[in-house]
Amino acid sequence: MEEEKEVAVDAVKPIKGSFYVSKKERKEYLRFKSLNRVLHFLMIICFFTLAFTGLTLKFSYTGWAVILSHLMGGFETAGYIHRFAAVIMVGVFISHIIDLFKMRKKEYGSWKELLLGPDSMLLNKKDFHDLIDSVKWFIGMGERPDYGRWTYWEKFDYFAVFWGIFVIGSTGLTLWFPQFFTQFLPGWVINVATIIHSDEALLATGFIFTVHFFNTHLRPEKFPMDIVIFSGRVPIEEYKIDRPGEYKKLKESEKLEEQLVDPYPDFVIKGIKIFGWIALSLGFSIIVWIIYAMIFAYK
Amino acid sequence: MGYEKGLKRDDARMKKYKLSSNIIPVCIYFLLIIPLLPLNNIYAQENDDCLMCHGDNTLTGKKDGQAFSVFVDSKKLASSVHGDVQCIDCHADLAGSDFPHKTNVAPAQCVPCHDDEQTLYSEGIHGKAKVRGDPLAPICQNCHGSHDIIPVKNPQSAVSPIKIPFVCGSCHKEGTKVQVQRHIPKDHIFENYSESMHGVGLLQKGLSVTATCASCHSPHKILPPSDPQSTIARKNIAKTCTQCHQEIETVHRKIIKGKLWEQTPHVLPVCIDCHPPHKIKKVLYEESVANQDCLNCHGRTDLKSRDGRSMFVNVVRLQSSVHTKITCSQCHNTVNPAIVRPCTGITAKVDCSICHADQGDQYRESIHGQLLAKNDLNAPTCEECHGSHYVLNNKNPQSPIFHTNIPTLCAKCHRKGEPAAVRYVGQEKDIIENYTESIHGKGLLKSGLTVTATCTDCHTAHHELPHSDPNSSVNRNNIAKTCGGCHYGIEKQLENSVHSPNITKTNQKLPVCYDCHSAHKISRTDNSGFRLEIMNICGNCHKKYADTYFTTYHGQVSRLGYAKTAKCWDCHGAHDILPVENASSHLSFQNRVQTCKKCHEGATRQFAGYFTHATHHEPVKYPLMFWTFWGMTGLLVGTFFIAGIHTLLWLPRSLKWRSELKQKIKESENDDE
Repeated sequence: MEEEKEVAVDAVKPIKGSFYVSKKERKEYLRFKSLNRVLHFLMIICFFTLAFTGLTLKFSYTGWAVILSHLMGGFETAGYIHRFAAVIMVGVFISHIIDLFKMRKKEYGSWKELLLGPDSMLLNKKDFHDLIDSVKWFIGMGERPDYGRWTYWEKFDYFAVFWGIFVIGSTGLTLWFPQFFTQFLPGWVINVATIIHSDEALLATGFIFTVHFFNTHLRPEKFPMDIVIFSGRVPIEEYKIDRPGEYKKLKESEKLEEQLVDPYPDFVIKGIKIFGWIALSLGFSIIVWIIYAMIFAYK
Repeated sequence: MGYEKGLKRDDARMKKYKLSSNIIPVCIYFLLIIPLLPLNNIYAQENDDCLMCHGDNTLTGKKDGQAFSVFVDSKKLASSVHGDVQCIDCHADLAGSDFPHKTNVAPAQCVPCHDDEQTLYSEGIHGKAKVRGDPLAPICQNCHGSHDIIPVKNPQSAVSPIKIPFVCGSCHKEGTKVQVQRHIPKDHIFENYSESMHGVGLLQKGLSVTATCASCHSPHKILPPSDPQSTIARKNIAKTCTQCHQEIETVHRKIIKGKLWEQTPHVLPVCIDCHPPHKIKKVLYEESVANQDCLNCHGRTDLKSRDGRSMFVNVVRLQSSVHTKITCSQCHNTVNPAIVRPCTGITAKVDCSICHADQGDQYRESIHGQLLAKNDLNAPTCEECHGSHYVLNNKNPQSPIFHTNIPTLCAKCHRKGEPAAVRYVGQEKDIIENYTESIHGKGLLKSGLTVTATCTDCHTAHHELPHSDPNSSVNRNNIAKTCGGCHYGIEKQLENSVHSPNITKTNQKLPVCYDCHSAHKISRTDNSGFRLEIMNICGNCHKKYADTYFTTYHGQVSRLGYAKTAKCWDCHGAHDILPVENASSHLSFQNRVQTCKKCHEGATRQFAGYFTHATHHEPVKYPLMFWTFWGMTGLLVGTFFIAGIHTLLWLPRSLKWRSELKQKIKESENDDE
């Protein structure tokens, strides 16, 4: 793919991976710190693992499920893998919470600063306005909003993880230890937990592999993918256009220079892209499988 | 009186008498005396004198206080052999007596005329009994009659051959005083005789030369076989029989039954050892042609029939067969020893049912026998399975009907492509292959376990019938019993389960062994193939429960192809399934937790409350699941709806934005330059 591009469009330097980047070498803005990049990477691994091992059970009536289950070494092995990935996923979540505590101490000083400040992941008034402005922009009734550091859809994705960890994690734990939980809960809780666990997982996978994929990778200006979550770096030109509000603020506060770093060498970018392609393909495969299972093979 | 002639000729112990030498002097006596009678005996009674009174058919006498008729039918008397004999010749004690004569008249005397017979009689068992004063002892009149004796040659005679069995039978048949009160070693004499070859000849065919009682026992000097003088004593019996069967030694080539040699090697068998007295029948008791006679030709390896088949019989192998003690002619029983080449009498195939009657009957009822009766060329006969001359015992591993050899034997016709498989139209395919791979086939053929079920254990050896036949051992209604032959305990469990017709009264088909286990593909029940298949089998009837099972974890894992999670019978039981209301059921309130504990060690009462067949499609039965499902579905649909609209609106704008960006970048590059 890369080589093709190189041959076809020699005007664009392939290593940058986006048409935002001009021929000139530039400094890039560091948008994600390494911990978050690692956590996201781990989350992807866990998420795919959980999705594949879990959906084989949910869609056990499809031929694909049978093949996958055998590929994964049988339902028992798949079960171990599923629970192992779940533990890692919870580990990722806890690591992030711990990081939040650290950030509060080192960078923000107080929860109020962290949660209600401009960099907060919590939804605020601006997000509400951005949403309205976005819809207006979509239908040609306004300019593109000056998105800040975190857009409302990014915040939605972020909290979806909280929600998911809570809902899927708790029901999953119930299903993992039914004997323990039924010591103080009635037996039907297991049946209900199964439904919630399974349907919430369907929501999560469905959402991530369609909406999240579109919002971050597939929307035309980012197509085919945005590697910022893996590299952490975004070309300053791109950032300037994509997040004008944030760029302006950084420029004004003169913090921009602190965050400028050298781009990754070619092979790293290449590796990231290969991983990205794999993840995208797997994600779409799962969507195809889900559609097939839910619509064509549903019994 | 053919038999008497016979007796005279051969029986040295019987008093020789010549009819002529007795009768002639008597005749002379009468010829001389009669003209003198009126002179010598002026008051002699003429027969007419006697008949004056005794011609009255109401005349009675009295003996021991009981009245009896003393009427004498003058016509009968006149036409009897004694028509010319005077009353007082027999009633000698009344000779010269005045009228009315004494009342205690002695029985009529047959002597002096029949003194030879009288002698024989008195030496016989009947005569001796009479002397002893046995009231049951027969006298002349009991057999011959009194005033109405007619010539023996007259069929009307009381002692004509055809009447002899009835005369003797009047005392010697079941229930008579003689048979009950006296020691008679044989029973059912009259019945057996009637059914015997002799009896049939006489009584059904009217063959008056056939042996009657008197032919063997002699007419007058009847003696028990223990008496050396008896005509039926062991050492005399051959002579007695050969009176009629004169040439028997010529045709009876080998008359010795192997069994007898073993039992009484020092005793030469006699006629009755093989042909039981009174029961003689027209069956071949003994070989009539010696094996050696046959082997003169059939012992030659190059002997061939006209159509080229080898007619060689390997005598060494023959000796190791089960029929060692059976001779050629017992099977090839149409040999005719009377002809030079006895085997030319053989026209039909050997009929094994001569000896193996039960098996023969079963075979004739079986589908094999039915086909044979229709002259079907494919129909197997005894020989096809058992072999011919070298039949081996089924305990012999070399035998084609040895337990482990039976599948191969049946496969000769029932393997795919063979005649029986080709004509078969039922459901079972690849029977032999499937059986071989089944638990029974593996047990038998791989493990060599000879008690494992082979073809004949289910289908029977000789009474094979299609399963549709109500008499078939594999018919729906009989199969449990057939399987129960080995799996007795299982049969009993099934009998008391919901699947038993004794328990569940329904018009629908209740499952029988092969509905779940199949007929020929029976596998171990812990085999994952079987464990996975069972839900479909149960689901054939319990569709709803099978469907809902698959919506739970147990079912989902099963559907992925793993046998480990609970299958129908892990919870419900296999053969002992009972309604949940029954306290003994595996799923009764009392037993349910225990059943869960089989897999889930820490199971509690609440754990057992898990709905194993729950579905979110039933709002009434499972409202919690129903509403949870629809709540989740609402969340899903809502989320995707909103996100979808957002995305769809964004997409066209984003495309436009892409080109706007291109423009912007160009501008900024130009700015930089």
